[in-house]
Amino acid sequence: MDAVGLEARAAALGTRSIKTTAKAYAIDLAISMVDLTTLEGADTPGKVRALGAKAVHPDPTDRTAPTTAAVCVYPDMVAAAKAAVAGSGVKVASVATAFPAGRAALGVKLADVRDAVEAGADEIDMVIDRGAFLAGDYLKVYDEITAVKAACGDARLKVIFETGELSTYDNIRRASWLGMLAGADFIKTSTGKVAVNATPANTLLMLEAVRDFRAQTGVQVGVKPAGGIRTTKDAVKFLVLVNETAGGDWLDNHWFRFGASSLLNDLLMQRQKLATGRYSGPDYVTVD
Amino acid sequence: MSKESTGAAAGRLSVFKTYKLYVGGKFPRSESGRVYEVTDSKGQWLANAPQSSRKDARDAVVAARKAFGGWSGTTAYNRGQVLYRVAEMLEGRREQFVREVAEAEGLSKSRAAAVVDATVDRWVWYAGWTDKIAQVIGGANPVAGPYFNLSSPEPTGVVAVLAPQESSFLGLISVLAPVIATGNTAVVIASERSPLPALSLGEVLATSDVPGGVVNVLSGRTAEIAAPLAAHQDVNAIDLAGADEALAKELEIAAADNLKRVLRPQPVDFAATPGIDRMTAFLETKTVWHPTGSLGASGSAY
Amino acid sequence: MTSAFEYAPAPESRSVVDIAPSYGLFIDGEFTDAADGKVFKTVSPSTEEVLSEVARAGAEDVDRAVAAARRAFTSWSALPGSERAKYLFRIARIVQERSRELAVLETLDNGKPIKETRDADLPLVAAHFFYYAGWADKLGHAGFGADPKPLGVAGQVIPWNFPLLMLAWKIAPALAAGNTVVLKPAETTPLSALFFADICRQAGLPKGVVNILPGYGDAGAALVAHPGVNKVAFTGSTAVGKEIARTVAGTDKKVTLELGGKGANIVFDDAPIDQAVEGIVTGIFFNQGQVCCAGSRLLVQESIHDELLDSLKRRLSTLRLGDPLDKNTDIGAINSAEQLARISALADQGEAEGAERWSPACELPSAGYWFAPTLFTNVTQAHTVARDEIFGPVLSVLTFRTPDEAVAKANNTQYGLSAGIWTEKGSRILAVASRLRAGVVWSNTFNKFDPTSPFGGYKESGFGREGGRHGLEAYLDV
Repeated sequence: MDAVGLEARAAALGTRSIKTTAKAYAIDLAISMVDLTTLEGADTPGKVRALGAKAVHPDPTDRTAPTTAAVCVYPDMVAAAKAAVAGSGVKVASVATAFPAGRAALGVKLADVRDAVEAGADEIDMVIDRGAFLAGDYLKVYDEITAVKAACGDARLKVIFETGELSTYDNIRRASWLGMLAGADFIKTSTGKVAVNATPANTLLMLEAVRDFRAQTGVQVGVKPAGGIRTTKDAVKFLVLVNETAGGDWLDNHWFRFGASSLLNDLLMQRQKLATGRYSGPDYVTVD
Repeated sequence: MSKESTGAAAGRLSVFKTYKLYVGGKFPRSESGRVYEVTDSKGQWLANAPQSSRKDARDAVVAARKAFGGWSGTTAYNRGQVLYRVAEMLEGRREQFVREVAEAEGLSKSRAAAVVDATVDRWVWYAGWTDKIAQVIGGANPVAGPYFNLSSPEPTGVVAVLAPQESSFLGLISVLAPVIATGNTAVVIASERSPLPALSLGEVLATSDVPGGVVNVLSGRTAEIAAPLAAHQDVNAIDLAGADEALAKELEIAAADNLKRVLRPQPVDFAATPGIDRMTAFLETKTVWHPTGSLGASGSAY
Repeated sequence: MTSAFEYAPAPESRSVVDIAPSYGLFIDGEFTDAADGKVFKTVSPSTEEVLSEVARAGAEDVDRAVAAARRAFTSWSALPGSERAKYLFRIARIVQERSRELAVLETLDNGKPIKETRDADLPLVAAHFFYYAGWADKLGHAGFGADPKPLGVAGQVIPWNFPLLMLAWKIAPALAAGNTVVLKPAETTPLSALFFADICRQAGLPKGVVNILPGYGDAGAALVAHPGVNKVAFTGSTAVGKEIARTVAGTDKKVTLELGGKGANIVFDDAPIDQAVEGIVTGIFFNQGQVCCAGSRLLVQESIHDELLDSLKRRLSTLRLGDPLDKNTDIGAINSAEQLARISALADQGEAEGAERWSPACELPSAGYWFAPTLFTNVTQAHTVARDEIFGPVLSVLTFRTPDEAVAKANNTQYGLSAGIWTEKGSRILAVASRLRAGVVWSNTFNKFDPTSPFGGYKESGFGREGGRHGLEAYLDV
């Protein structure tokens, strides 16, 4: 990897000008790709219910707005989340494996996963053992992913690398291939809990990896940037990255997600602007 | 014939030297078999010098090209050592050069000695430049981006040098030393009227550590030898110091065919300390860019 | 690659630029008709629309302009460097202020994408004036003696590929060093130079310091040959460069020439492939390949040829060709019908000589001058497309087996302007870079420019350097 070249390419794609019909398409696509997330110590069933309602009807004033892809919660909130989105098609994703640090014995991590799956989680967002990865014990990381994958059953597995802790693009690329070879259904940048989360450059790099992986193995893997994506402008830039790197096959919420919370309101305000010609304001979207 | 060269004063018939070309580290006669008469400033015969042909010029270019990779590839420190060795050899032949310069330029022995001393000192001056010129004219460029950017000088290649016509030794060395100090190889056309110090220089170079082909010395009719050199597609540059106005223009036009670097004739005080112009005239500037990268994948923020 | 994500048109507004129906020559601070009244039309290469009618300079006009520059030289060169600096700083600032207008203008007259004029040409133009402005009162520290003197009147002839940027490369160091200027822009792209004349007026530059003579080759030849010119600077073809070298032979005129190239972009088996692909694309498709330092020969290590070519072809399929004013356009129009014909002829020859031609599926607009991005594979050093400068979006792909062979092939050209090296091994970069006979070597990047970075070629790519401290030498009596 050449860091400067990678970042330059990501920045260049960031200059695409997405207007009018293209912007309307991108906004609805982005809404449909949001994993609407709450991962707080203070999460309660009430909070999760509110979030689920928002995922199902993001814009209370406009029922044509698409639902989000999923809500993303801690394992103990999965049941509440399932109830909140029941019948809507919105998936429930649960973080697991001692999220966010991942510092626990494998048995604990697997129990965490099973707990979430048994509670009805459709998707599991696991964290890799960054300590093992940075110590060069790639086999341990690989084995944990395969074990978690087995524990997931029918749930789709997203593997979080915590790219901000892997630090270098070479590491991120290596982790991407390791994760895909171990059976990840999605590769995901971050927990949202560290200083550096999703960036255009690390997401571009992961998009290149899934593109190349499919070319070599025929297996398609999804990508989920998470953390730090807050505005419509940001989200559209990521969609441009998808479009011009992995290609149109990934422009679907089965293959690309945004791990975000505040992003959704900005998408909705921009959507209202496109519909009415007026700039919207925070009073016209929900605080949940 | 002068007394020194006949050796009559010693009561003994001296041994003449056959002056030969210096090409590719060897001492060939002219391929043409021609010689021309070289006289001292009073018209007395000194020697028969080879009258080089187009083919001699061609052979000299081949030798210079062959030597270029090795010579330009040596470390600057090593080139300085080799050139300093030449100065040592020149010093050892001081008496011979004093005689040749005195005869060639009609100078008194003491004036000629001063010229030869200045010449040796000039050579030493340039020997000391080999590992400094890059620092003086190259360097890092502070480009506005995450790139390391360095410009450094490199020799342009094979340089044809028309040595000055009047200053047969100091002038010769003043135009030759800067060419090779920087890693070029040279085909030198000696002063037409006074070629003997230049041909003797070949003997000095052959007994120094200068690889064969780095300097090639041709004697003969300047205009006749210079024309094929100026037009030669494998010559990278030409120093017209020894050309008159008409010849210089003609050669510069011919040199345009492969866009040789051309150093036009100009008034030079060879006694004065030179600047670096004669070195920079035959240097290219190469600029290399490389990303500096980053320590971590922090990425570009919006 | 098909996609549901179709980018809607995103044209930059044309209303930001006001092009007059006609322009004169700019001599001695005034716009004036040509002495013989001749004019020519400048068209937009993407539409063939006539943009304006411009006075066409002849020999008599060259006389007038050189005389004006000569008159201005006396006082301009006598100004304290700090005052000249302030004029150049003013120009740099006005270029920044008007950069959107100038970017749109340049895109209209040249045909290159607005993305490039906006993000590359114009920022570099301003940066160049800023950089040389600062030199004007520091010439004694530049390494050319304590008090280096200007040469006098500089006659400058520039090409059509980066019209305003080439103007900046010529005018900024010339004025900083205390020279005055007569500049001839190319006949297909005269407008930005004429707008620059207006910037000189806004900056209060003394009359005659900069004179602009739109015209054809005859005006350029007259300028180069003019006895009142002390310095000739030319950027353009090697053939014209040689003619200029002959013209100035036997005179005292100082000359710098920036000519053609056939740059090798060398990709080793350990290269960062995705970045290398971007570098290859930037190397040959930036400005439709109409770049003297383009990486027009791809030298790829045989062991990764297929992999790299697959990646490259996939990437080329995402290039967006079309309206240069659209902010999402990657590939704009070829500058002129004449240039298009030359590119087409060389590409046809490549095909006739047995090289394999490939272009992505790509619809070309019906009006204007267009050429699809094109690759030639199975190319050897013997093919015309590997030897001749095409000056268009055409990449010739050759293979090599070892670093030695890569260097030998890269250097096997009469040109020596640029080269690229792609490898993750630092020592290989340095070893290869030191053996390439080229004035600019980009390692793990390509087509980067900066006012502080000297630019210019070896061998038949010309001589002299533009940019940096080195670029001052061309305009000083040293």
